[in-house]
Amino acid sequence: MSGVLETMLHSEKNAVCCKCKKSVSEAELVKRYFICPECHAYDRIPPRARIEYLTDKDSFNELFCADIDADPISFPGYAEKKAASRKKSGETEAVLCGTARIGGYETCIFVMNSEFMMASMGTVVGDRIASLFEYAIKRKLPVIGYAASGGARMQEGVLSLMQMVKTSIAAKKHSDAGLLFIVCLTDPTMGGVTASFATLGDIIIAEPNALIGFAGRRVIEQNTGGKLPESFQSAEFQLEHGVIDGIVERKDQRDYLTDVLSMHAEKWGVKA
Amino acid sequence: MTTEITAYEKVKLARSSTRATTADYIKGVTDKFIELHGDRRFGDDSAVIGGIGTICGMPITVIGTEKGHDMGERMARKFGCASPEGYRKALRLVKQAEKFSRPVLFFVDIQGANPGAGAEERGIAEAIAENLYEFGAVKTPMLTIVIGEGGSGGALALSVADEIWMLENAYYSVIAPESCASILFKEPSRASEVAEYLKMTAPDLNGFGVVERIIGEPSDFTDDNAVAKFMSDLKVQIAEKFAQLKKTSVKKLVARRYDKYRRIGKYTEL
Ligand SMILES: [Zn+2]
Repeated sequence: MSGVLETMLHSEKNAVCCKCKKSVSEAELVKRYFICPECHAYDRIPPRARIEYLTDKDSFNELFCADIDADPISFPGYAEKKAASRKKSGETEAVLCGTARIGGYETCIFVMNSEFMMASMGTVVGDRIASLFEYAIKRKLPVIGYAASGGARMQEGVLSLMQMVKTSIAAKKHSDAGLLFIVCLTDPTMGGVTASFATLGDIIIAEPNALIGFAGRRVIEQNTGGKLPESFQSAEFQLEHGVIDGIVERKDQRDYLTDVLSMHAEKWGVKA
Repeated sequence: MTTEITAYEKVKLARSSTRATTADYIKGVTDKFIELHGDRRFGDDSAVIGGIGTICGMPITVIGTEKGHDMGERMARKFGCASPEGYRKALRLVKQAEKFSRPVLFFVDIQGANPGAGAEERGIAEAIAENLYEFGAVKTPMLTIVIGEGGSGGALALSVADEIWMLENAYYSVIAPESCASILFKEPSRASEVAEYLKMTAPDLNGFGVVERIIGEPSDFTDDNAVAKFMSDLKVQIAEKFAQLKKTSVKKLVARRYDKYRRIGKYTEL
């Protein structure tokens, strides 16, 4: 089976760095974990590529991928916007869930996709994540979550807001079963996702320089009337303020996760 | 009773400064109330009132966001925009209620959590998340009444409960209609139209199964007699609900609470 990374490695295409806007070849990006060779910015990784970097070869088994196109309050323009996101990303929603092995350890994993409507959380995203926690409880598996989000999805109204409760209480149930939840916060993780499951991990790490916060910078600046420092709401800022356990570079994440999993392995049996 | 008013007119009513605030409700529905301060971590949030009291003789814990009425009071209350300390005080008092098997009553009236740099520095997102996480499994009856504004995550973190009631002109929304209009349509002036789209009124939420009861409100909150009658009716409704919830085993209560939220947008059966 040839994966996404393999395909991109042989691609002739170029991508544009999100930060310095310079053109970078896809092949080069893949070799560098999607870190810009020019300015060293962490670019967004497509979720399937992310999973390939982190998990043992061909071990990912996708779950809860039923194609549900929810528009529960028939919000004007939502169907079109989502259709465009679906077409562009080739995914049905803003989160990818499944089981996979990391360093030989069986885990449940979810990866949010910031290219899909800013990885905002609507009912389908909430349902997939809650379902994954419940699935993990049944099989006594740890959950590894890669968070990214602009927040709750406005176009599903208060039903999106309620997904914050749904995912948080599912995480609690998983925790009460004595199971491990590791979260990695990636750029950007904001709003209702930061204020729910994303900050409820036993261990919370972040990628260097990722934007992590609740309210947007502009809203805070308007409210306080002052200009905020460049580093405000960065992963480094969150580390300094005690919100996260550490910052882990992309190249080290698989080993980091494997080490943490190994220290909890007795909880759910021996290494596969 | 008001009839046939638009969603945005309700939003304006919900924000009106003449409306009863949490402090008025506490006065109106409890026999006795003792305010308890502080989160034991950093400070005391004046935007959140919490304490213990009795309702028809039954000890309860009451927590709510307080906006204040006149400008001075509103400033002192930070317009009811709760900070991390407010959410952590609420968590402390809810855990205390659980310890003593006291029902918890929330009053929600908040435009949104405090959007300040200090709130971010002290982990506002984590404070909200922690409350959602804990309140879902608290082993005591919980009831929320949205009395005015139910503004997004800031309201959510003081509202996870067995039942949610809403005043007929209150709103509960993922985002303020003005902000939504400005983000999605680049026109804040379309707020009125967007308020309809967002389905944020009490009947909407009742239809979604998020809200269990809609509370009719006095046509004029400055009419003392009408408000006194309203409060005494509400008091009876609350006391009856708690008496009923107390008859349910806590295990069942917690399982039902989990289900209530789990069902909102459920597509997958395991
Ligand atoms: Zn660059």
